[in-house]
Amino acid sequence: MDTGTLLSYIAVMAAVTYLIRMLPLVLFKRKITNRTVRSFLYYVPYAVLGAMTFPAILSSTSSLWSAVAGLAVAVALAFFKKGLLTVALSSCAAVFLCEWLMRIPF
Amino acid sequence: MTGIQNSFSKGFRDGVPIGLGYLSVAFAFGMAAMADGLPLWAAVGISMTNVTSAGQVAGLSLIVTGAPLFEMALTQFIINLRYSLMSLSLSQKLSKGVRLLDRFLIAFCNTDEVFAVAMGNEGELGRRYLYGLICAPYLGWVLGTLVGAAASSLLPAAVRSALGIAIYGMFIAIIVPPSRKNRAVLGVVLFSIALSCLFAYVPVLNSVSSGFVIIICAVAASLFGALLFPLKEEVDG
Repeated sequence: MDTGTLLSYIAVMAAVTYLIRMLPLVLFKRKITNRTVRSFLYYVPYAVLGAMTFPAILSSTSSLWSAVAGLAVAVALAFFKKGLLTVALSSCAAVFLCEWLMRIPF
Repeated sequence: MTGIQNSFSKGFRDGVPIGLGYLSVAFAFGMAAMADGLPLWAAVGISMTNVTSAGQVAGLSLIVTGAPLFEMALTQFIINLRYSLMSLSLSQKLSKGVRLLDRFLIAFCNTDEVFAVAMGNEGELGRRYLYGLICAPYLGWVLGTLVGAAASSLLPAAVRSALGIAIYGMFIAIIVPPSRKNRAVLGVVLFSIALSCLFAYVPVLNSVSSGFVIIICAVAASLFGALLFPLKEEVDG
């Protein structure tokens, strides 16, 4: 991929992300009062992360079964409100362990 | 009457746990970027200029598939729209001493976690506290990406495969606890997941590009939530 194309992608990503963060902080002094708009914005992060995680997580490792193991561990630990770091690393450990077990010939 | 929190060192200390968390997630991002064939400077450049996990991961897949710039802009807009609400809430909490230039700089690093920690303080926030707060997260994010991208070729395949799930693990850690507490959030998440799976597995639908799938899922599921379960008046987003 050539440098110019990459730079234009990065510039667009950075500009859009920055403007979204900067404009409300600089321009708006009032709170959004429309209940539907506020509710919509409140749900956006959860909807985005749900769609980005599934089904992509199932193909994020070298086998479906290790991904399922990592997913199960992540959901279980997150259910008990463990921190981001703990959940992410434990999920990685489960994948590693699962793939290691699968390589043992029975 | 609560005072103004304006200590740089207090801000810095509050930011350290965020920075440590970012280190590992950015590491996984750096690795993923290299696995997708990006050069090291681009991986680090994206992290230095964007400072957002979900947007960067989505951006990566759009770059790899050679999506049009318009689709990139629209995807980033939808995924990162939540920041406008956070910046809006944060703007209500700044003390009078926070000048226009400070707002331009602080906005750059207003991530989900920085916002959450900032809003956890009582009373108003001063500029020194906020500058302290964003130091460690920004360093952690950029350094993590650099190390992840540089080390990816050195790591054995089994470790690379295991680390591939790290970012998704973090996403799960963000969405599960509120889904457990709030049925409306759970409904929105399940709606979005179901829609996303339809777009992945149903013929014809699975030819829609990844950026648009995220946009469609996010808008449809959030609208579903906003119409069926509108927030009560005094709930902060």
